[in-house]
Amino acid sequence: MSLLRTFDTGMRGLLGHRLRSILTTLGILFGVAAVICTVGIGTASANSVNSRIAALGTNLLTVSPGSTVSFGVRGGAGSANTLTMNDVAGLEDKQDAPDISAVAPVVSGSATLVSTSSNESTTVQGTTASWLAANARVLSSGIFVTSKEVQEHAQVVVLGATSASDLNAVIGDQVTINGNPFQVIGILTSSGSTGFTNNDDLAVIPITTAQDEVTGGSPNSVQRILLSATSSATIGSAYLEADQLLLQTHHITNSASADFNITSASTLASTAASVTTTLTILLASVAAISLLVGGIGVMNIMLVSVTERTQEIGLRKALGATPRDLLRQFLIEAATLSFVGGVLGVGAALLAGVLVPRLANIAVTITATPVIIAVAVAAGVGLIFGVYPAARAARLAPIAALRAE
Amino acid sequence: MAADIIRLVDVTKIYGEGDATVRAVDGVSLRVQEGEFVAVMGPSGSGKSTLMHILGCLDVPTSGEYLFAGEDVASMNERELASIRNRRIGFVFQQFHLLSSMSAWRNVELPLLYRAARDRKQMALNALAQVGLSGRVEHRPNQLSGGQQQRVAIARALITDPTMILADEPTGNLDSKASREVLDILTGLNKSGHTIVLITHDPNVASVAERVVEMADGRIRDQVAA
Repeated sequence: MSLLRTFDTGMRGLLGHRLRSILTTLGILFGVAAVICTVGIGTASANSVNSRIAALGTNLLTVSPGSTVSFGVRGGAGSANTLTMNDVAGLEDKQDAPDISAVAPVVSGSATLVSTSSNESTTVQGTTASWLAANARVLSSGIFVTSKEVQEHAQVVVLGATSASDLNAVIGDQVTINGNPFQVIGILTSSGSTGFTNNDDLAVIPITTAQDEVTGGSPNSVQRILLSATSSATIGSAYLEADQLLLQTHHITNSASADFNITSASTLASTAASVTTTLTILLASVAAISLLVGGIGVMNIMLVSVTERTQEIGLRKALGATPRDLLRQFLIEAATLSFVGGVLGVGAALLAGVLVPRLANIAVTITATPVIIAVAVAAGVGLIFGVYPAARAARLAPIAALRAE
Repeated sequence: MAADIIRLVDVTKIYGEGDATVRAVDGVSLRVQEGEFVAVMGPSGSGKSTLMHILGCLDVPTSGEYLFAGEDVASMNERELASIRNRRIGFVFQQFHLLSSMSAWRNVELPLLYRAARDRKQMALNALAQVGLSGRVEHRPNQLSGGQQQRVAIARALITDPTMILADEPTGNLDSKASREVLDILTGLNKSGHTIVLITHDPNVASVAERVVEMADGRIRDQVAA
């Protein structure tokens, strides 16, 4: 039989069993679409976690005081107050620390802020102009604290997004911090929470003013120093440069007895990355199971369909069809169903990729790999289980096939 | 003298092994000449169905010689047998064996799909006209009566202009009126020159043939010219 006529016969076979053809196509369609969407949601979640972590500033290093040793007893971390403005000046030196792009000393304390309409208790951070760059934060309006304002102990404040809305404060408003009047000069954009702290609930004022009116203490000592590396790639060398400089200025030769700690946000990033990997593996397993279930569905329909048609195979053999004719007919039928189901499945997944984010606030990122794998597996299963039983039936004696019930 | 269409010499078909061995056909010799109408008659278990499978090239004998229109069928491979069935034999089955998803003319056309043929639809329409079903060409089998379905099957057997029409209990599933119609068609075909072999258990049906071959226990018991 010619290939064209076999194709024609195959198509008529499919149209003659419309319901079964539609069910098989649906089985493949849903299997393929489910896998693509599941993996798509997983990819989107992973991307969103990664971008949130990137927003935290993975370039950020935090220097905090270490422990003191008094009378041979080591105090807790932070018990020493060893960081000074001298350290800040040393770290700002571009020659000694070429990979550090911004250095911001921080003193912080809790204070009560009062505006004309409301009041709230929040964290007040005293810092310098570099804070914005070191933290990778952005202003939504106004300006940030300037070096001049730091020198002048200016009574100015930059509010986090939450604090600003709680206080009902806008640029130019007057708020009091612990009873002292401050002018609102800027408001930060929201950066969300990072697990432990709400990054939007804070007030930032010049470090000099903070030492005067909020935290007290020596004007030379700072609680923390925030450093940002020039890029996430140079964070390692920035870390080493900071470590060397501080050991030097503190006259410590043995790094094990350092009176400071340097931590990085990339530690958090690597934790998050491993969480994301776990999440991706979870979703990929779910996808694999849905592919398996879809595959078994297709396999069932194909097996039943070919078994049901054993009599047809017997009749065609009696009328002169060779095993090759029959094999080609069933191959064309199964290939068509697999192909149509696969294409519709990809179409459905693309449609879902557009609709789901609008309806359910779930991001879906469709990538090529799951599309290829899903289509290949579904089509492969359809082909194998559409053709194998047919090939077996085609080898039966025609009379045995004709009599099969 | 007319040529032999069928020449069976000492044909035996054995099923099963060891103690379960069944000699379904046991040393049968038979000749059918061109243009004959032969009925093979016998009760169930007599071996007539097995003989029909061998005659129809649907099965090969365990031993013995089978020449079909001069060709040695016993030694043919599956492809060659398929070709013989397609070109030279028209089957009519008790269960009709029509494909339910196809119209009458598509069913009749089926054998032509496995050979080179042009104007398949026209040939199918002609064959349906021969069995008096010109008005039913687009009907599905389930829209036809039993007698009409069997006539579609006869049209399907006719379309290839076969050397022999092999009818296996063609009236087994039909009422007496439809049986009469089907047998009339077969008789008419024989009159117009077709060789027909009819398998049946019913002496009334067998009586339409020119010659009746009676089978029992795998052997030919008697041959009577009607």
